[in-house]
Amino acid sequence: MFEAVAFYLFAFLTIAMFFITVTTSQALYALTALAAGMIFISAFFFILGADFLGAIQIIVYTGAVMALYAFGMMFFDTTREVKEKKGNKYIIVGLSTLAAVLIVVIFAAPMVSENIVALYPVIEGVGNTQLVGVILFTKYLIPFEVAAIMLLVAMVAGIVLAGKKMDLSLTLMSAEEIEEIKKEKNKKVLS
Amino acid sequence: MEIGLNHYLVLSTILFAIGLVGVMKRKNLLLLFFATEILLNSVNIAFAAISHYYGDLTGQMFAFFVIAIAASEVAVGLGLLIVWYKRHGNIDLETMTSMRG
Repeated sequence: MFEAVAFYLFAFLTIAMFFITVTTSQALYALTALAAGMIFISAFFFILGADFLGAIQIIVYTGAVMALYAFGMMFFDTTREVKEKKGNKYIIVGLSTLAAVLIVVIFAAPMVSENIVALYPVIEGVGNTQLVGVILFTKYLIPFEVAAIMLLVAMVAGIVLAGKKMDLSLTLMSAEEIEEIKKEKNKKVLS
Repeated sequence: MEIGLNHYLVLSTILFAIGLVGVMKRKNLLLLFFATEILLNSVNIAFAAISHYYGDLTGQMFAFFVIAIAASEVAVGLGLLIVWYKRHGNIDLETMTSMRG
């Protein structure tokens, strides 16, 4: 009973928040609604017994990703209203429905076959976090390490791209402009 | 009333459709990134629900890797967006026509 109430409450809140995110014309409202939706999604993970996933969802999404977006928004002119595409509405709705049905088919296909065997079954009496740790560091150790390297590469890329003078491209500049930049550099070194 | 797997899959589908509408509707690239986050989160709900109802932890593992990929995507994407904004002064999709597509 309480599970049903919680499910419907959070389902309504999540859908409402994400609907605001895709329809509002203010970037700040979209950011706030997205952060709220992320927190409401973590409630589903707690209902489903995936405690560790819920905690990770809050930490990574509302902690790291939203902070990153907030920093990014400081660079952009977000006070003006966002212009929207004037596309064919029938195409948009049709394609969305098609893709949504496709997702349902993808997830329903293994259920129709009905011979699924749990590869890593949940052991009774062991907490979710312990089980996740055991499986992550045995069966999924190599994907875990690869994900760590990928995050490192992403971090370096983020630092390099957002750094100073990265908006200048040597391949798109003429020879005179490059010479000017070289002169400026020499001036700074001398002075 | 019992909440089954189908409830979660329907919710995931609704959220996915909302995200897809956002991807096709938005012209501002920052708001387009928001829509992709919605897509990734809706799939995560489906993974966690299947993991719970089949008593298998593989779904949760995939959800973790999806979160890791989403985090790195945001870092690289925002970096590229900042470079574009410094050079052109806006982040609208319609200005990115240098390839004449």
